[in-house]
Amino acid sequence: MKILVCISHVPDTTSKINFTDNDTKFDTNGVQFVINPNDEFGLTRAMWFKEKQGASVDVVNVGGAETEPTLRKALAIGADSAIRVNTEAKDGFQVAKELAAVVQNGSYDLVIAGRESIDYNGGMVPGMLAGLTGANFVNTCISLDVDGTNATATREIDGGKETVKTSLPLVIGGQKGLVEESDLRIPNMRGIMMARKKPLNVVEPTGAETETNIVSFEKPAPKGAVKLVDNVDDLINLLHNEAKAI
Amino acid sequence: MSVLVYTESENGTFKKTAFEVASYAKGIAEMMGTSVTAISINAKDTDSLGTYGVDKVLNVSNEQLNSFNASAFAKAISQAAKAEDAKVVVLSQSADAKYLAGLLSVQLEAGYASNVVALPESTAPFKVKRTAFTNKAFSHTEINTDVKIVGLGKNAYGLKETSGAAAAASFEPSLSDGDYGVQVQSVDRATDKVSIADAEIVVSAGRGLKGPENWDMIEEMAEILGAATACSKPVSDLGWRSHGEHVGQTGKPVASNLYIAIGISGAIQHLAGVNSCKVKVVINNDPEAPFFKAADYGIVGDAFEVVPELNEKLRAFKAANS
Repeated sequence: MKILVCISHVPDTTSKINFTDNDTKFDTNGVQFVINPNDEFGLTRAMWFKEKQGASVDVVNVGGAETEPTLRKALAIGADSAIRVNTEAKDGFQVAKELAAVVQNGSYDLVIAGRESIDYNGGMVPGMLAGLTGANFVNTCISLDVDGTNATATREIDGGKETVKTSLPLVIGGQKGLVEESDLRIPNMRGIMMARKKPLNVVEPTGAETETNIVSFEKPAPKGAVKLVDNVDDLINLLHNEAKAI
Repeated sequence: MSVLVYTESENGTFKKTAFEVASYAKGIAEMMGTSVTAISINAKDTDSLGTYGVDKVLNVSNEQLNSFNASAFAKAISQAAKAEDAKVVVLSQSADAKYLAGLLSVQLEAGYASNVVALPESTAPFKVKRTAFTNKAFSHTEINTDVKIVGLGKNAYGLKETSGAAAAASFEPSLSDGDYGVQVQSVDRATDKVSIADAEIVVSAGRGLKGPENWDMIEEMAEILGAATACSKPVSDLGWRSHGEHVGQTGKPVASNLYIAIGISGAIQHLAGVNSCKVKVVINNDPEAPFFKAADYGIVGDAFEVVPELNEKLRAFKAANS
């Protein structure tokens, strides 16, 4: 089985979010970048397929050279090779289109992407990628088993979960549950050394167009001070009469 | 030209978000000087959509679509959009709507903006405000394609009633076997409980509760308030509660009217996930807990003393006010 894991290069979850250039650009100053958490759960599940069932695992990112440390980390975790599509990621459609070209060139059986990236939260790339390549698609995927060309997956739905049967080629939008938090791997020294020798292929973009563009960013208005109360009667009164929430 | 809205139902009954997206579609249609068409799949009582501004309903009645199927549903919506010459398609941000949005976008060659929080700032260019960085910021985004898809965040617009009536028409999408490449085998959904996605009130607890055996009082509060239960990331990582309850940056986002956080300190990732809640209440014994800075109301106190008393008084309040 040939697996491709799509890796988004995103600010660490603890990052403070600021903007520059008149609120038109994300301020990367002092920000630590990581593998998008939803993608990391998928990458770890891909490692399981590789080790237990036999599979090759490639990782791919659409972005500039500054994203390479994130791809190297994925190689250190155990991916076999990495691909970087050498263009700035501008919107979900452009990224999906560039990824579709990589998927078609590499004839992948299984494409694992995160259900959304934690920076722009578009939540559209996995579905677009499935639509563009004609593969089956399962979103918010919390478990995945593959037997030959058949796949069984569980997806999170509002208020529960649903088990589905499908077949390869398949795209999933993954998240926590594909593996547990405790299954995530911290690269060891041997992995980091080996990652330096693994191929990281830079490919030129197909020049996909965007469909959307961000004009500017805005931070939420500062919050008023909390009202502290010292008994539950006051709380119920405030929630009923002031906040009208109960 | 029209605005098309996908009004979701479950077992034939419209979800509340269906009326919210219909209200929102009406708002866009007024800005553009056009009408609203809804597409509903195996739903009853489609007349009710007229109350929320829908002028025409396309009813799809098809047994094969009794289970949600993203590929087939996306195809039905895209065919309806083409038949109605829709320039804007409005979706909710339910798990199902998010699932089909990317597929629909490819079929319609339509740019898609998710997590939108208000009516467009302008319709030419078509510019919307949406959340980004998991509710830590907003982006003002333009959609530049001929057809646009807007995913409206839950509780972002509310319900707006009008006095209109919706004309009904049946609609038969043309689907093929290839659209059923993913088949539902079983659904495991707690039918006696409110889901986090649909809840008006969410009661959430963290490690301050010391162990899973202490959740009875949280369940009790949820039952009194008709609320959903949720938890912090450490609680789900420890296995005290299921992953489906984990709220935060890598878990579920919450956009309820009221969020009650008990024994949750308020890590930045958790706060990001609940930023869209309208009213936040914190109960914590640590006055320095960061959550107090993000909350509207707070009680500094021991959850094991405050919560049982609060439950008792909430029960009395509910009895007196219902």
